[in-house]
Amino acid sequence: MSDAFHVVVVGAGPAGLAAACRVAECGAKVALVDDNPQPGGQIWRGAASPTAPWIRKIEHRRVEWIAGARVFAAPSPGVLALETFQGNREIQYRNLILATGARELFLPFPGWTLPNVMGAGGLQALAKSGLAIAGKRVVVAGSGPLLLAVAKYLRDRDARVALIAEQAAHPSVVRFAVGLAGSPGKLAQAMRLRAGLVGLRYLTSCWPIAAEGRDQLESVTLRRAGRTWTEPCDYLACGFGLVPNLELASLLGCKLSGRGVAVDDFQQTSVPGIYSAGEATGIGGLDLAIAEGEIAGFAAADHLQLARSRFAARTTAQRFAASLDRAFALRPELKQLATPDTILCRCEDVPLGRVRECTSWREAKLHTRCGMGPCQGRVCGAAAEFLLGWRTDSVRPPIFPARIDSLR
Amino acid sequence: MTLRINGRAVQVAAGAMVSAAVAAAGVTQFRRSVTGQPRGPLCGMGICFECRVTIDGREHCRSCQIPCAEGMEVRTDV
Amino acid sequence: MGESFDVAIAGGGIVGAACAEACAAAGLKVVVVEPSVIGGGATAAGMGHIVVMDDSPAQIALTKLSRDLWIERKDALPAEVEYLACGTLWVAADDEEMAEVRRMQAVYTRIGVRAEVLDAHALAQAEPHLRPGLAGALLVPDDSVLYPPCAARHMLRGIEVRRQAAVEITGAGIKLRDGTFVSAGITVNATGACAPELTPGIEVRRRKGHLVITDRYPGFVSHVLVELGYLKSAHSTTSDSVAFNAQPRRTGQVLLGSSRQFGSDTTAIEPQILSRMLRRAEEYMPGIGQLSAIRTWTGFRAATPDKLPLIGPSPADSRMYLATGHEGLGITTSLATGRLVADLIAGRTPPIPPGPYGLIDRNYDAAH
Repeated sequence: MSDAFHVVVVGAGPAGLAAACRVAECGAKVALVDDNPQPGGQIWRGAASPTAPWIRKIEHRRVEWIAGARVFAAPSPGVLALETFQGNREIQYRNLILATGARELFLPFPGWTLPNVMGAGGLQALAKSGLAIAGKRVVVAGSGPLLLAVAKYLRDRDARVALIAEQAAHPSVVRFAVGLAGSPGKLAQAMRLRAGLVGLRYLTSCWPIAAEGRDQLESVTLRRAGRTWTEPCDYLACGFGLVPNLELASLLGCKLSGRGVAVDDFQQTSVPGIYSAGEATGIGGLDLAIAEGEIAGFAAADHLQLARSRFAARTTAQRFAASLDRAFALRPELKQLATPDTILCRCEDVPLGRVRECTSWREAKLHTRCGMGPCQGRVCGAAAEFLLGWRTDSVRPPIFPARIDSLR
Repeated sequence: MTLRINGRAVQVAAGAMVSAAVAAAGVTQFRRSVTGQPRGPLCGMGICFECRVTIDGREHCRSCQIPCAEGMEVRTDV
Repeated sequence: MGESFDVAIAGGGIVGAACAEACAAAGLKVVVVEPSVIGGGATAAGMGHIVVMDDSPAQIALTKLSRDLWIERKDALPAEVEYLACGTLWVAADDEEMAEVRRMQAVYTRIGVRAEVLDAHALAQAEPHLRPGLAGALLVPDDSVLYPPCAARHMLRGIEVRRQAAVEITGAGIKLRDGTFVSAGITVNATGACAPELTPGIEVRRRKGHLVITDRYPGFVSHVLVELGYLKSAHSTTSDSVAFNAQPRRTGQVLLGSSRQFGSDTTAIEPQILSRMLRRAEEYMPGIGQLSAIRTWTGFRAATPDKLPLIGPSPADSRMYLATGHEGLGITTSLATGRLVADLIAGRTPPIPPGPYGLIDRNYDAAH
């Protein structure tokens, strides 16, 4: 077990896996770090088939796979501090690739804190981790193509998916689907997806306005075109799109663009030697993540010609990313779902009303304790940014809660 | 494999996370919020902290990211 | 925009807020000038400990007065101020420190502050997570902790605040960054570690501290625990030092300190200092290593050469007051500071002699 690497890749989703493989192919010593026990990130969580070829490659090339490890600090230049369930360690890098991916955007509405209200990707992740969903009634809601993938996954495992509620309007979704026709691979995928969804209600311009239940979820009330109705259900899988995970990049001083970590053509950030790829540079989907990962991997291993060879693939994939943004933009009605009593900060039980009295994110943190809990503002901060337009402020270590032992 | 949730034995498949075992034990309330509300997992990926349970005496463990091990003792906030 | 006030205070931290509240209660028309979040500076960074401290007779008088003022009003404080009457335990590691504990007990008792000597056994009962082998402690049961930013905000209820930076303070008022002038009969510089920017030449230096807060572990620690070495660390005017300081929050979180450094101008966490501080904490509470730390941060105390704050009118112009230099006792002594300032402005006799904190004849050399 070594501690010093030519390249360290943080995040073993598609971008990170692609990056690590390319670095290894160039013969450079590389470590791949992820906080999950298996590689694959979110989209390939527990999925043998898509990850298998990449895993074969990383094993074959002797990529050092560091599992169950969370980067919580960058104590000195070229060094990352990691914490695992058992202990902690430091690793050194000459070049670093941040493939830290994205998390779901959760928006508050009455009842959203009830047990069994989960993210869309959240329920899927929990199901992939062994949660039994066969026979359970599920409403899938929120926004984005992820909802379809989640609904199909649940249905394939015998959950009863009552409906999919997509807040985007029908014309937007249709334009998006038609846009997919521009890329044959995507179209085939879309058609397979559509076939898998036959018999499922897919309602556009539809969103949840409340979840009901005493100690856990019992039903969800939905709105569509002025009509509201209540669906009994066991689970609500609800996510309003994705936001990039930027904490490590910020900690390291990387500049951000409006969409994520700012990178140049070679996926290099504003900090020399630090690269970023995948959803962290801006939500853009699987193909873009892989292309960016490959470019970052080649570039970090100093093989710029090889990096250039993947530029065309990236450009093609960027079209999908742009159409994604346009189609699934969040509608303003979603800002009105929460009442003043609705909890905004789940860690500290701070209702939205108290937070609205403040004039900045920092003031809200100091005066209401919103964002001062263990999630460090990851859930409430993204919601506050959408609801109130506040930019969340600077990042300090530890960027994930870490044991005192690890800090000293 | 077998582990215990609030003293009750539960069987799960190899590779399952502790969160799945807790749910398999019929527990939907993983923890109580600071004002006493029942809470369960939200994000499934270790960032929301709502799935925290006590594992083998250690508090505040994110159950959605910790694989089950034979004989684990898991306690939720009751 | 030229309104006139009786008192204009630069600085919306807990000291400025306490001065504003006390002046307003004395019937004066008050404005506070603060560009940023109320209580967002050292007030937010500090530990929120309300403590009687015996570095000097003047310090013990000020902290005792102020603590009494806190105790008087504790039941009227809103819930978000999180006042917790947990008491302080000054922890002695050996016989030499125990002798100091006994000396402190005599001093405190003489001035009417309840204090009890705990032997090793009683200490272990009071705080089971402290390591075995400590000699004992001084228990000061009426000390407390609270959450300072909300205390500062509470003190400023009903008081006018200008959300602007002060760029100049004179005897006639405060000039703001946007060019407007707030005129006032009396001005007060309560800007903490930044005070020398508005009042050049005063001897206030920035003294950096690091802090860590954990997730919730109710009952892990029940009193504020302070090692006796804390007094040496706070007393020193030169070297970097750490001293064990742990306190419970009403939330069940454990707040850990403390460190002191001069000469550091960056707010960044310095891993070596943090590490030293945490290792020191672990020497007293071995189990602390397993606790989950959710945040670390730094803050700058306003330190004076004689460890006493600067409270009172300037010798050069009696319309210009200072209320700064509180080092690690800003939360504790905010109320007494406010009281002194309001009394001096209103021409009343303060409850303790204001001389030791005044700006005239500060004998820095005699302080050692």
